[in-house]
Amino acid sequence: MRHRLARAGARLFPVALIVAVAVALVFLALPVIAIFTDVSPKELIDSLDDDTTVDALKLSLQTTLTALVIILVIGTPVAWALATRRFRGKQILETIIELPLVMPPAVAGIGLLAALGPKGILGPLFDSLDVQLVFQTAGVVVALTFVASPFYLRQAQAAFSTVDRSLLEASRTLGASEARTFGRVACPVAFPSLLSGAALAWGRALGEFGATLVFAGSFQGVTQTAPLAIYAQFGTNFPGALALAAVLVCFSIAILGGVKLLGRLQPT
Amino acid sequence: MLAHVAPRRNRTLPALAALCAVVLVVAGCGSSSDGGGGSTPTLTVSAAASLKDAFTTCAQSFKQAKLKFSFAGSDQLAAQIRQGASPNVFASANTKLPDQLAAEGKLSKPQVFAGNKLVIAVPQDSKITGLADLAKPGTSIVIGDASVPIGSYTREVLGRLPPAQEKAILANVKSEEPDVASIVGKLTQGAADAGFTYVSDVKGTKGQLKAVDLPANLQPNVAYGAGIVKGTPNTKESQAFIDDVISGSCSKVMQQNGFLPPPNA
Repeated sequence: MRHRLARAGARLFPVALIVAVAVALVFLALPVIAIFTDVSPKELIDSLDDDTTVDALKLSLQTTLTALVIILVIGTPVAWALATRRFRGKQILETIIELPLVMPPAVAGIGLLAALGPKGILGPLFDSLDVQLVFQTAGVVVALTFVASPFYLRQAQAAFSTVDRSLLEASRTLGASEARTFGRVACPVAFPSLLSGAALAWGRALGEFGATLVFAGSFQGVTQTAPLAIYAQFGTNFPGALALAAVLVCFSIAILGGVKLLGRLQPT
Repeated sequence: MLAHVAPRRNRTLPALAALCAVVLVVAGCGSSSDGGGGSTPTLTVSAAASLKDAFTTCAQSFKQAKLKFSFAGSDQLAAQIRQGASPNVFASANTKLPDQLAAEGKLSKPQVFAGNKLVIAVPQDSKITGLADLAKPGTSIVIGDASVPIGSYTREVLGRLPPAQEKAILANVKSEEPDVASIVGKLTQGAADAGFTYVSDVKGTKGQLKAVDLPANLQPNVAYGAGIVKGTPNTKESQAFIDDVISGSCSKVMQQNGFLPPPNA
């Protein structure tokens, strides 16, 4: 009896797997498909030809790419330090770095306001330097950098720690400084991984909504990025919101595709 | 070296966790427990963000049903209903959106349940005393997005100003927020010098903001409209809630919160 049950279970398991996969696939793909089918393609393309939409896309590209440059320039050495050194409080540092991954974006926005806003901790300092972030494009970049940086940092740290030790040793025994080893050996070897980390961070930045709205506000051409424009148009111009959404979905697909491709380039 | 570092490190993380636990416990004690009522139905109310304080208070003394709220910009809530969401009641900060939904067959005949007044909201210590100050260069202003009622009332007021003054004020607008709650947030955080909100919102900040009145001839007719979403159950309780807001105990709460009696639209 028990044998028969076991055999039936063994036969049913592959079926259960197929059902589970099908459910997951439909659930995850349907909203994406709906974005492209809810409105006719012509209407979709027509609504892209709109001031708000064009400004939002331009601003999104500009701010996300700026944030990405900042993340790469500062994040790469940080990731190298974390991958190659052990020190007191490292676990705490790593936790702090990863926190934005799981933090609600609106919380990130409030935190940024409390830290960098006019009434924030650094408010008086920024005021005396005449630096303004709230309601400025620079504020959007700050919010994006805050939210997206862990995606790159984590990936880059993992990439550096899997670089073959013997390569680094060889570089050092040949007399290269750490800086040279980092620049000439570690970075080139880890490059595909670094690039895919950058792509993930870029994707997260493109989708950022809550932190941007709370910290930087929403104004066409200045702080209203594509996700904010989608939210603003949702109530009054649903096709316009869908069109912008479609563009963002295409970006996401391209980014993920790129990451997968880079994964194949990786030797390991 | 690592050997004597490790124990220290292991103590800091638990300390952090303990701190978070304390925060959570304190937060948990602060919120009132949700007593499970037996037979009373639960109504979902989609309401304009400006109604948050008043409606939350009203819910405590409303006996016929338990009330659950979804507060956001009225336009967002209307769009959700258009897309098939079905709260029992839709309470909007204007009459246009409920009228539109009713015309589309998605809402019962709307009733005007409250009025409000548009004001210039400024931080308590602000030197701004009127529209003229808003037109000065360097003043940062936040308003509502054109799609949300507070934004369209604001544009109505600005549209009645001399074109030069309107232009100067609009040039100072730094952000167009999706609902009134987020305008108030920007002001209480000191991120902006002034914003256009309802007088009830200023009251809700308990002294953090003060209201600067607009000239009477510029004041728009702010009327709040509500209706019952078609096809939802418990319409008797839904109507009872709307009645309570118009003339029951909730209407007193509304007035304490700075709302005006329903204007004759």
